Amino acid sequence: MNQPGRVERSSLGWLVLIAAVVGGSAAAFAYTAGWLTPGRLTPDRMIAALTPPSGPPLGHRRNHAKGICFTGMFEANGNGVELSRAKVFVQGRYPVLGRFNLGTADPNAVDATVRVRGMGLQISAADGEEWRMAMINPPFFAVSTPEAFHGLLVAAGKKDREAMKTFISANPEFAAFAAWAKTAPWTGSYAEEAYNSLSSFVFTNAKGDEHAVRWSLVPTAEPVSIAHAELEKRGPDFLEQEITTRVKSAPQRWTMVTTVAEPGDPTADPSRAWPQNRRKVQVGTLVVQRIEPERDGPCRDINFDPTVLPQGVRVSDDPFPAARSSVYRKSYDLRAAEASDYPRTEVTKP
Amino acid sequence: MTNVPQRFAPIQRLLHWLMAICIIAMLFIGIGMVSTVAQKYLPLILIHKTLGVALLVLVLVRLALRLHFGAPPLPADLPATMKLGARLSHLLLYGFMIVMPLLGLGMLWAAAYPVVLYSGIRIPALLPQSDHAHTLLWDVHVYLGLALFALVLLHLAAALFHALVRRDGVFATISPLPERQRMKPTE
Repeated sequence: MNQPGRVERSSLGWLVLIAAVVGGSAAAFAYTAGWLTPGRLTPDRMIAALTPPSGPPLGHRRNHAKGICFTGMFEANGNGVELSRAKVFVQGRYPVLGRFNLGTADPNAVDATVRVRGMGLQISAADGEEWRMAMINPPFFAVSTPEAFHGLLVAAGKKDREAMKTFISANPEFAAFAAWAKTAPWTGSYAEEAYNSLSSFVFTNAKGDEHAVRWSLVPTAEPVSIAHAELEKRGPDFLEQEITTRVKSAPQRWTMVTTVAEPGDPTADPSRAWPQNRRKVQVGTLVVQRIEPERDGPCRDINFDPTVLPQGVRVSDDPFPAARSSVYRKSYDLRAAEASDYPRTEVTKP
Repeated sequence: MTNVPQRFAPIQRLLHWLMAICIIAMLFIGIGMVSTVAQKYLPLILIHKTLGVALLVLVLVRLALRLHFGAPPLPADLPATMKLGARLSHLLLYGFMIVMPLLGLGMLWAAAYPVVLYSGIRIPALLPQSDHAHTLLWDVHVYLGLALFALVLLHLAAALFHALVRRDGVFATISPLPERQRMKPTE
């Protein structure tokens, strides 16, 4: 008889079973955590690939590390309501905060050395609902997938020239971006750049109709093409100085233009532009009214995670917003923990 | 007649198993979502936030039920160290269930992230952005999450030990199955 409360010899089998259940659960957990699959693309690996050989930019964003804050208004003209029930498309003025930035992991990069310029933007509805965006000035993205972006970073970080050639042959879409980087005109101002969502999102209107869209912030200022050699003669921070002076003299404006996809347009691949004749809807104007240094400015504490979306906007099948959200979060966690390396009040060097 | 219950009340048992499934799911979703850049990251984090807030509500209900109904006694022949272990681990489990969602909410607030749950429910921020608070709350959330997983495994091992090895009736007090009739029906 098995007496209650006594451990019998025959229970050895049960003990082995219990150990197997516990061990199996722990193994499943370790697998889920990625500890058993070092090949998985994790936010940590993406950030490692972004980190320059000189070390991480402590206290700064891990990419687009150099930037300057702005505040202003989004003036919705009401045209967006047809496409999305997002509250900030209802005609009116909504406060924004944002950040002009450079696509580099070096917060002290010389402005003329960085090809990609970007804008982080947050528009707040009256009830506090937020919409965050992270846009850049190329008309299409460099690669098709987050995995390819990781591959690009790794290849570009290698001294071996063959690495880049191998990468391009495996990711032919990169050729178009390389051509853009080589031939697109340079401007001397953040105010003369168009900033593009590149990724597709889905707008849902009040009736429940859905449209895949991309959007651009098109500058009202006339872009003036400047020879790159000329830009190199300007100071290392000329973009920040120029935008500060420019906004002080007059607010700067961008028109938000939404492009609506037609069936069959590639929504999952931001490296592929949509045909030029797609319907475009002007939904409002971004007015940048004030520039503030990042160090103690309002954009410092904001993660311009492009998946912080209002009701009426959601992600599409484009894999980049999720990947950026995941990596931006990690970047935010790191820089928040390193905040003392980037003091809010400038320390003058001895 | 005695006031000491022989089993947990049905509502307590239901909540226990419901929350057990949800907590194990939360632990796996939590560790999984921070280690991927894939598109599933977004639904995972949405579930994690929504379920986390739901569990915070449920644990408060459960705590109230526990205080109201109490718990069945442990077997008299259980060694004192195991009794102490059982009590401590239950206290810790309640502590984790209350603290983990609060840490999760706190770390999001301290990072100025809007907390938006499934179907667009928004939880207003009760903390201002703070690098220091975010780092502290995030670290504690992660390390306590790992500790909670270890505690859940210990709880699982102990439950199986009671059910399969000792067969002392402890598992029956929380078992989701109806009680086997030990005595002849009176009618």
